[in-house]
Amino acid sequence: MATESLKLTRREFLIGTAAAGAGFSLGLYLPVAGAAGAAEQPPEVNAWVVIQPDDTVIIRIARSEMGQGTLTGLAQLVAEELECDWSKVTTEYPTPGQSLARDRIWGSFSTGGSQGIRGSHDYVRRGGAVAREMLIEAAAEAWGVPKAECSAKASVITHGPSGRTTTYGKVAAAAAGLFPPDHVKLKDPKDWQLIGKPVKRLDTLDKLTGKQVFGADLTLPGMLNASIRACPTFGGRLKSFDDSQVRGMPGVRAVLRVDDNAVAVVADTWWQANTALDKLPVTWDRGPNARLDSAAIEGMLAEGLTAEEAFVGNRAGDAKAALGDAAKTVEAVYAYPYQNHATMEPMNATARWTPERCEVWCPTQNGEAALQAAAEAAGLPAEKCEVYKLHLGGGFGRRGAFHDFVQQAVAIAKQLPGTPVKLLWTREEDMQHGHYHPVTQCRLTGGLDEQGELTGLHVRISGQSILAAVNPAWMTNGMDTFTFQGMLPDGDHALSYTVPNLLVEHAMRNPPVPPGFWRGVNINQNAVYLECFMDELAYAAGKDPLAFRRKLMVKHTKGLAVLEAVADKAGWGEPLPEGRGRGLAVCKAFASHVAACAEVSVDDKGRLKIHRIVAATDPGYAVNPQQIEAQVEGSFVYGLSALLYGECTIRDGAVEQSNFDDYPSMLIDEMPEVETLIMPTGGFWGGIGEPTIAVAAPAVLNAIHAATGKRVRRFPLKHVALRD
Amino acid sequence: MAKLKVNGETVEFDGDASTPLLWVLREQLGLTGTKYGCGKGRCGACTVHIDGKAVRACTVPVGSLDASQELVTIEGLSPDGSHPVQQAWAELDVPQCGYCQPGFIMAAAALLERNPAPDDADIDANLPNICRCGTYNRVRRGVHRAVQLKKKEVS
Repeated sequence: MATESLKLTRREFLIGTAAAGAGFSLGLYLPVAGAAGAAEQPPEVNAWVVIQPDDTVIIRIARSEMGQGTLTGLAQLVAEELECDWSKVTTEYPTPGQSLARDRIWGSFSTGGSQGIRGSHDYVRRGGAVAREMLIEAAAEAWGVPKAECSAKASVITHGPSGRTTTYGKVAAAAAGLFPPDHVKLKDPKDWQLIGKPVKRLDTLDKLTGKQVFGADLTLPGMLNASIRACPTFGGRLKSFDDSQVRGMPGVRAVLRVDDNAVAVVADTWWQANTALDKLPVTWDRGPNARLDSAAIEGMLAEGLTAEEAFVGNRAGDAKAALGDAAKTVEAVYAYPYQNHATMEPMNATARWTPERCEVWCPTQNGEAALQAAAEAAGLPAEKCEVYKLHLGGGFGRRGAFHDFVQQAVAIAKQLPGTPVKLLWTREEDMQHGHYHPVTQCRLTGGLDEQGELTGLHVRISGQSILAAVNPAWMTNGMDTFTFQGMLPDGDHALSYTVPNLLVEHAMRNPPVPPGFWRGVNINQNAVYLECFMDELAYAAGKDPLAFRRKLMVKHTKGLAVLEAVADKAGWGEPLPEGRGRGLAVCKAFASHVAACAEVSVDDKGRLKIHRIVAATDPGYAVNPQQIEAQVEGSFVYGLSALLYGECTIRDGAVEQSNFDDYPSMLIDEMPEVETLIMPTGGFWGGIGEPTIAVAAPAVLNAIHAATGKRVRRFPLKHVALRD
Repeated sequence: MAKLKVNGETVEFDGDASTPLLWVLREQLGLTGTKYGCGKGRCGACTVHIDGKAVRACTVPVGSLDASQELVTIEGLSPDGSHPVQQAWAELDVPQCGYCQPGFIMAAAALLERNPAPDDADIDANLPNICRCGTYNRVRRGVHRAVQLKKKEVS
């Protein structure tokens, strides 16, 4: 085998092994820039690991860093197996174009669905292990000793019998020329040294001095700046504009039509471009949705609550019969609004187009999708395009499935061949051209027997499907299973309860407002519906909400464990002063089990104060506990901002909100203490960035009920008087 | 022509006097650490110091300033990231995405100049900046930690 392989060129051999499906093409060595360029580069031991002569370890990260800490977590996974000196680790993003040229050697670039770590832990650890084996082998060959007598730790390779040592930096070039081993064994989790440690993030320091370059900060030689306005009405078009009014304004270089629905001003500076755009007379063809408003959408969804036909997402026994036989039934209708992602950094991208090549610099949650979007807009094959990823000033799902901002930037650059143009949206543009958290309503009917036990539950969701708008290929016979997140029979988003007679349905109603994946996706509203209704059922049954849930969770031991943990830590059942209350919520989301207990008070004027949150999460394995803590705390800010304030309303076919004055976010004065319990039980890999969003709002809502007796079923809370 | 003193250096700007300070910093002086978030003084991502006070640079026309005023941006807060607030932020790994953090750091540094030992209510009142990632609790701990570091510096 070895002799035969050596007859092939190295390149052919390695491409052959990759094509044969040998996992993730471990050890594939293909200098991207060609032989001459490669000679100047430090040796790439394999696709994941580059080691410089001074022992600096560069770990390649394909997923995007947007605050969630995945850059550090993924580097920990590689470094654990690599046995390198953590203090010498840095990271870099490979480009999507390099990935394309190398047969997708880095796997998926998609950074959403809390997949960063759980979706790539296996192959990145293997990448580290393979590189380690190659480095050890290179040292053993140099010493002329059996590899089995050598070991590595902290970037130092030691030959046991002789005690000789060398470092990774010294043998990296030789290692890069070796064939990767066919098999590597990953460490047993009990032997992990770095995974599970609360190491510091690798990307903090530049964020403290202003050095960190976000997409919006990029400057290229000769670059112009663009501000854009798209037709505010969904589905509307650009009819005309009168550029005679603005062409002579300072710095203005061009006024351009962008696709069929937008106009952009290009100027020396963005401020000049935006100032001119504000003065530009524009006529829109507002299109078919010009009269659409929130009331019409509400009516459309309300009809779905009782419609004959609906998709079934989960069924057990006979829910309708059980409800008919119940000693007592409880019914409630909830509704959840549209919400904008409102990343702190508005959408932006920089593009340079020539007939031969298109390059884009942008913050993106999915470099490969950005490359496809760029190629499509450029009218060039993807091989002639490239995307350079920059850090994201927030993502939350907005910058993953949608690259409208990239397509616009390319469409502008295409009209100014050879000139780099940075497109930056205003906050107003960002607010009005989102891909919004979808709207749904939900009717829940529960049946209790004489003893107050839940015998049947019927959940009817009515509303918008994200997949129908974004990715119909992921649907199953027209059904969007994502709609049932948190209520499914099994999988990453399984229902945390066993209900003997259960029917969960979705009447799909798709208003013409573009929906999107929004941190947490459908667990945000589904957990509100389910967890608040569980509380309603418990009170109707005259039972303690914890005891009521406990009975239904006998088979859901991991979920029950996190729920019991938060109840215990929060002092569930202990007396509270008048006007205070505690609330619970539990959920399985993105494969993790999460629970929260909130303690709130509502004063005589109806003012809410959230005093304390205890949150627990079982993500299977906890890679970096201090970053899990940060994500859990952050989930409460994002989830509670949504509960308190998050709402986009529609009037004349457009979003009415425009900036943080009418789309506020929670501030520091409203932030409760959050105590985070990390309870990894091992054996599975769950997500971190999103699951806790599920329990933030329902825990607080249930606490509000405990404090006031008031059930809130429409959101956001800013519209609701909590005291009569 | 407007003359400004930014991070100790006198600079000139001959554009439109109504241009907000934010865009002069970012586009004329290349000081992109000061961020655009809302353009209406709502989010605080553009917070800088004018004569030691925290000001939202998107609301200040550059023509209203002159070279007698000391403007400090995140790039000029310390020569090497060693301001007690920056040190505390590094110790506690405060930033997530980091986009809003220069604004928080500048607001916190201005608060500590005025009030060397702020309590939680002072922090609430003086850091009304928006962070969508949700770093508020670490920001709060960071301010308290910076107070300790500053005391050490003095002693």
